Amino acid sequence: MKIAVCAKVVPEQARRIDPQTKRLDRSGEQVLNPFDANAVEEALRLKGNDADAEVVLVSLGPERSLDALRKALAMGADRVVLVSDEAAAGSDLVASSYALARALDREQADLVLFGQQANDSDGAVMWAAVADRLRRPLISQVAELTVSDGTLRGKRQTEFGYDVIEAPLPAVVAVSDAINEPRYPSLKGIMGAKKKPQETVSLGDLGVEADRAGEAGSRTEVYAIGHPPPRGETQRIDDDGSGAEKIVEFLLERKAL
Amino acid sequence: MSTLVFLEHHEGELQKDSLGVLGKAALLGDDVSALIAGSGVEGLAAQAGKYGARKVYVADDPALEAPLPQPRVDVAADLFRRQGFDTVLFGATVLTADVAAGLAARLDAGLNWDLVDLAEDNGKLVGKRPALDDTVYVEVGWKSEPRLALIRTGTFEPVESGGEAEVEQVAVELEDFSTQAKMIEQAHEESEGPSIEDADVIVAGGRGLGGPENFALVEELAKALGGAVAATRAVVDAGWYPYSTQVGQTGKTVAPRLYIAVGISGAIQHKVGMQGSNVIVAINKDPNAPIFEYADLGVVGDLHEIVPKLTELVRQRKAA
Repeated sequence: MKIAVCAKVVPEQARRIDPQTKRLDRSGEQVLNPFDANAVEEALRLKGNDADAEVVLVSLGPERSLDALRKALAMGADRVVLVSDEAAAGSDLVASSYALARALDREQADLVLFGQQANDSDGAVMWAAVADRLRRPLISQVAELTVSDGTLRGKRQTEFGYDVIEAPLPAVVAVSDAINEPRYPSLKGIMGAKKKPQETVSLGDLGVEADRAGEAGSRTEVYAIGHPPPRGETQRIDDDGSGAEKIVEFLLERKAL
Repeated sequence: MSTLVFLEHHEGELQKDSLGVLGKAALLGDDVSALIAGSGVEGLAAQAGKYGARKVYVADDPALEAPLPQPRVDVAADLFRRQGFDTVLFGATVLTADVAAGLAARLDAGLNWDLVDLAEDNGKLVGKRPALDDTVYVEVGWKSEPRLALIRTGTFEPVESGGEAEVEQVAVELEDFSTQAKMIEQAHEESEGPSIEDADVIVAGGRGLGGPENFALVEELAKALGGAVAATRAVVDAGWYPYSTQVGQTGKTVAPRLYIAVGISGAIQHKVGMQGSNVIVAINKDPNAPIFEYADLGVVGDLHEIVPKLTELVRQRKAA
């Protein structure tokens, strides 16, 4: 079985939106989107000890994303394909899903996995756009996943409880962050990661036309960045042993007890 | 502006968020249509008219019985190709998010998500989206039509306008790949146990509890306060606590007089389910937990120390 994990590299912290470009400031330290580590873990679990199985990371981002993607290789993934192209900067859902789908076309994986959301854009829909472009069945919000005899079975959480959905491979699945506890890379894994194949491809390599990528290929735009409406006063205290007493005092003051 | 609102339904009821979005669409323009896709759903069309739809398209087919997204993308795309709406709106749920994104890919249309407002500015539709854990509000738009949008849970209240809609049945033709995923077991709302939606006081536990056995701490405090116990999605998915107690985007929306969050980091998915609470108290050992941004009182510390003490103090006070 060949499993492709779509992964995103996101800013580690100090997140801000650049007022000039109105894009997320990606100048600082970058890490593997934590939600994607669940997808990597699930891929590794499904691969198990099957020597013929392969886990390949597919990502879209600047060249230096490779550093952060290596974490997945250290966890045990086999190789990385990074779609990296200046012309892809500023891609929205429509443009990103198109480039990702073209990269996935090349791989022809039996299973394409996504994490629950991107923690920079709060986006939680990419899989549905990619599944439509690949014309493959989709199961999202999966909290439990099994594969047997070419059939996937996923337990999906919705607003009403848990559904159980089956789909034949090849398919696209988005996993929830409760599905597993991602492993920490071992020292051996970290040492070995650098030697694993890491391929960078351009939009041209994938046959993505210039007008379908980046801002030209995007259909949404950002007009302005503003402040959220002011919230009520919040107070924060450090527990010095009297935290419980302070909560009681506060509740009495607010007539909530 | 001609708008199509995708209406979600469950067990014979149109969902409140869908109707809220329909009402908002009707405020923005006259030409508002709704799409209801399912099996045995024709009876829901009249209700859509009462909440603002001028026209209701009904796709009624056994193949649409299960709430799966891909067949609904086919239906919406077909309808769009015939009617050419310039805007398609969805109240965001697990199902509609997948329908909206699938449709965006199919139509090569822009999709903005997590919107908490929509306004028309000189003929231009502008959406408002909180970003970076609600620390900034971004004004977003579309460069072309159709404009697709997912509206955050609980954003617009339904308004009954008492109108009547023209109803049209639409033919259902599905793509091969759209019907490959099959529903084996569909969720039904669990009715056992006290409902957290009616509780005056809620004590909620999250992953910070460390394990299911520590829910006893939360239960004891809830008992002392005469309140109900709730849980986050993470611990429900992990099997620590039942789904019927889940607060947040895919769980219940609650607004008690007092909400005490124990070991909950307070991600946005949780926040949308409880931000209407009158007083919010949070106990968490991580000083950077987002919940401290919106708790009226936040206590940074070890819940294993604080919660039993708090339970004892509340008991003493109630006994006095």
